[in-house]
Order: sequence, then C-alpha cells, then structure tokens
Amino acid sequence: MTAAKKEGQLNVITLPANWANYGTIMKDFTAKYGIKINDANPDGTSQDEINAVNQLKGQSRAPDVLDIGNSFAVKADAQGILAPYRVASWSDIPASAKASDGTYYADYGGYVAIGYNSAKVTTPPTSFADLLKPAYKNEVAINGNPTQAGAAFAAVYAAALANGGSFSNIAPGVAYFKKLHQVGNFVPVTGSAATMESGQTPILIWWDYLLASEAGPGVPGLKIVIPSDGHYAAYYDQAISKTAPDPAAARLWEEYLYTTTGQNLWLEGKARPIELPTLLSSSTVNETAYKALPAAPSTTLTFPTQAQQAAAAVIVSAQWPGV
Amino acid sequence: MDELVSAGAPEFLADSGAPGGPGAAVATARGLRRMAGVVPFGVYMALGLGAPLVAVAIGAFQSPNGGFTLGNVRIATHGEYLHGFAQSIELSVVAAVVPGILGLLIAYSIWTAKRGSILRQVAITASGVFANFGGVPLAFLFIATLGSSGLATRWLTDLGFNPYQHGFSLYSLSGVVVVYMYFQIPLMVLVILPALEGLRPAWREAAANMGARTWQYWRHVGGPVLMPSFLGCVLLLFGSSLSAYATAQAMTSGTIALTPIQIGTFLNGNVVAGQQNVGKALGLGMVIIIAIAMGIYVVLQRRSARWLQ
Repeated sequence: MTAAKKEGQLNVITLPANWANYGTIMKDFTAKYGIKINDANPDGTSQDEINAVNQLKGQSRAPDVLDIGNSFAVKADAQGILAPYRVASWSDIPASAKASDGTYYADYGGYVAIGYNSAKVTTPPTSFADLLKPAYKNEVAINGNPTQAGAAFAAVYAAALANGGSFSNIAPGVAYFKKLHQVGNFVPVTGSAATMESGQTPILIWWDYLLASEAGPGVPGLKIVIPSDGHYAAYYDQAISKTAPDPAAARLWEEYLYTTTGQNLWLEGKARPIELPTLLSSSTVNETAYKALPAAPSTTLTFPTQAQQAAAAVIVSAQWPGV
Repeated sequence: MDELVSAGAPEFLADSGAPGGPGAAVATARGLRRMAGVVPFGVYMALGLGAPLVAVAIGAFQSPNGGFTLGNVRIATHGEYLHGFAQSIELSVVAAVVPGILGLLIAYSIWTAKRGSILRQVAITASGVFANFGGVPLAFLFIATLGSSGLATRWLTDLGFNPYQHGFSLYSLSGVVVVYMYFQIPLMVLVILPALEGLRPAWREAAANMGARTWQYWRHVGGPVLMPSFLGCVLLLFGSSLSAYATAQAMTSGTIALTPIQIGTFLNGNVVAGQQNVGKALGLGMVIIIAIAMGIYVVLQRRSARWLQ
C-alpha cells in the first residue's frame, strides 16, 4: 500500500461514471487512499482498451487496470499483455469465471432475464416456455440482431438451454425464436428501454442488470425474472496490464474492488458482483441493492468456451435470417 | 451553358494565336491547368471509391491469415447469403420501380401547378425533408404507427380490420418496402423534377398545332425525352434501397435475409469474429449487382437516345 501511495495515481480506462456505479467507486477509492484516478476514454469499448495497452506501452498514461468483456480478456491474455495477480478473496471467485494463473477474473455481470411491464402484462411469465402462450401476442422482443449484438446472442443461447440445447448446440434456441415468431409473439424490432417505455415491446429479454439500470427508471411497473428453464450468465473481467505504469496502485485497486465495500458498490450500481454468494452467506450484502435484482438461480455458474461461442455464432448467422 | 461557352471562346482563340516558339509547351501547360479543376474530384473518387473498392475486391479473396482463397466467395454465394442477395434485389426492384412511377406522377402534378404557387413550394420543400428522413428514427416512426401494436394498427383493428390478421406484417419484406416508400417517393420527386422542367411548352404547342392528341404527344415526344432521366432516377432509387441498412436492421433484427445486414454481421458485430472477409465478398457481390444494373441502364438509355434522333 505504501508503494501504491508513492505512485500516487491510477490509470483506468473506459469506465463511465454512471455504469455499474463506477463514479462512486472511483471517488471512494481516491478518498480512502489518496490516490488520484485518471479515467481515459470513458465511453470506449473493450477493443479500445486492448489498443490503448498496446499503443501507450511505456508511457506514464498507459492504462493500469482493465474492465473488459470476457472474449476480449481471453484475446488480451493470448497476446500476453496481462499481468497475473490474485486478489485476497481469490477462492470466492468460481473457477469457471477466472483464468487459473490470475491474468483475468470475473468482476460483475448478470443473467439473461425476462423484463416485463406489469402494467401491461398481467400474467407474469417465468420461463421461455411461458412466452409461447397466446397471452403474449406481439409483446416479446430481444435487444437486436443476435448475429451482431452480444445481448441478443445471449438470449438465443439461453433459449437453447431451455429447449434441449447446450453450450455446443445453439440451434434449438434459433428454432425457439422461429416458433415464437410463428405464434405471433415475437416482435423482431431492436428492443430497448425506449421500446418498453413506448409499449411496443412490453416484454424484453435482456441482461438482468441492464433491464434494472436502463429500463427501470422509465418503466415504473418493470418486473425482472430470470427464466426458470434457461440460465445464461456472462461476466465482465478485471485485469492488470503487464506494462502498467502504476502496478502497486493497480493491485490496491483490485483488492479494493474485491472487498465487501467494492462488491456492494457494484451491486448498488445494479451490476451483479461475482462474489455475491459470499456477501449473502456472510450477510454483508446491501439488502436494498440486492432486492433490485431478480434472485439468481442456485445452480453453479457455467460459461461456454470461446470455441463453443464461435461455433454457435456461425450457426446463428446461418440460421437467424428466416426466423 | 451556351453563354459560358461563347464567353470562353475568344480567350481561347487569343491564346492559341499568341506568337512565339514554345506553343506546344504552352498548350501542355494549359492542358494541365485545365485538368487542375478536376483534380480534387479525381482525388476524392480515388480515395472515396477506388481505394475501398480495391480493398474489398482483394479482401474478398483473402483468408484470415492473408493467403488466397475462394472460400469467402463460396460462403457468400450459398445458403442464407445467396437468399440475402435474392431478397435484396427483389426489395430494391420493387422499392425503385413503384416509387419511381408514383414519384413521376406526383412530380408531374407539381410541375403543372403554377410556378411560384404555394402548393408547389411546399411540395418541393417537403420532398426534400422526407427524402432525407431515414435510419432508426424512421423505423421507430413506423413501428409506432403500423407496428403490431401501433396507433394506426389499433385504429384499423377498432374498425374491424386488423392488418396483421390479413397477412400484413411491418416486420416482413413487404413491410420494409412500405417503409422505404416513405423516402423513395419524395426522392424520386426531387430528382425527376428538373427533367420535367426540361420539357419545353413549345414542343407541346407544336405537337398540338400538328393535331397530336395528349397521348400522342407523350408517346412520341414527352415520353422519349423523359425516358433516359426516368431510367437514371429509377437506378438511383435502386441503389438507394439496395444499400439502406439501419431502417431494416432496427425493424427486423436480421430475421429477413438482406445483404447489407449480413455484411454488418461480419464487419461490425461483436458476435461473429474473424470472418470479415466473407463480409467483403458480400460487398463485392453488391458492387457487381450495381454494375449489372448500370450496364442495363446504359443499354436502355442508348435505345431511348436512338428514339430521340
């Protein structure tokens, strides 16, 4: 910690202040340790982060820590630009959500969930099977084209799991949406908080934390439920750059994020922290924030591998037109 | 135009009449100077059209590690991608010919309105606005009115006619055609109007003096004169709907196969990775479609130019 204070600053990248509560988190970290945080390119993408690490190597303004989409973390790890580090609570992160050598590890994320406006949808749906019922005619949407948008792709994956598919077999998910379209329930517009608000798509299948944070404010009757028949989760990852100009501050930042305080702050930002089960079992969770998100299934977290996802993407891009 | 040419002529004559030996050098320099005017356009075309075209054409035959392959083209010409080309062409032909004819009729009625009349001004200005309204906002506008729970749909349902129970869906190919009409018709009005204004009243009067009826005038004078412009405008509409992307994407999320959306899948999505070159092969396919359409246009235009002689 002394070394970190001596460095006196921390370079983070692509952290919007209103995303996952990062504004508060950064302020609290600075107040606690007196370390200044420089947030570069707050609205950038995961690819921007990797580019910055590679291009700013050796400069004092190069990023120290990354908050990065999982497939990009895998890519960055393969390029050898991440430094291994294990936070104190390493064992609380499920093995499927971290690189065993500590180059990257899940931070927060969520489940594919069904969000619905209870003012318009009077019979609450609880599963993908429910959504096929005639009561939901012209009501169900996903967040875009699954051959392009990650969230929509995840919705198809979850539907596959609900219909006899698996991580290596996404075709039943495409077939499910075809059926949903045939019965007239699927509205193939790009669903968003706005289409929920305007009533065009009273039901939206999306990430639970995005439903809560994006659609929640505009849709007073919003209810979020994780479908009982298909659980699909995805998490973002934390990583320290191998060429970090402030490595001690970077490690201190990671430790801070994986304390009860850091984890609860994410939760307050409607993101589901990876160590939530530990918070729950030790009763250190912020109850109000926890209740804003739907209860997670008790099954253990599993994720498709990169190879499985790539194979699934090929299937979806070949089969989705014509749904 | 005539005035410009005649104003330029004396200067040109004086120039070439200038005494002295290095006349050839002067001529070359003058030639270069005359060419200088098109340099910006040439550079623009080379950078904006030529370079990307070459990049797409090369990329279409490259494997991810840089070697030569026909694999991309094979993927792009089979299955859903071939179907995508077919539907894109079908969509573009309908969304070019129908608005082409409707736009011509509207432009004609605007043209016959008294010059300077308010209706005429409003119609032209409105066309300019509507022709440039597209993308996601346009999709939203239609979803809110003609979508499955849109305002107009609800009114029609209250009147006892729910279009969704009679085979119509805004989220189908025919729905996309309806939406494209929204900007295609005013675009046609804008581009065909100058051609209509090229029809001289004197021709009409001359035809009438010789005893031609209205239909004879259009068959033998007005129609042939307008034909090349009309074809050119329809080709423009064809290109405009072939390349339209955001509207269809927001309305259908890729549930109907259309080539521009499929290209988007390979180039800017975050799901499919490492197959950018299939997208380029699809792009090359679109270039070829436009090239064929332009070839047909040239042939038709030659034929109609013959009528003019």
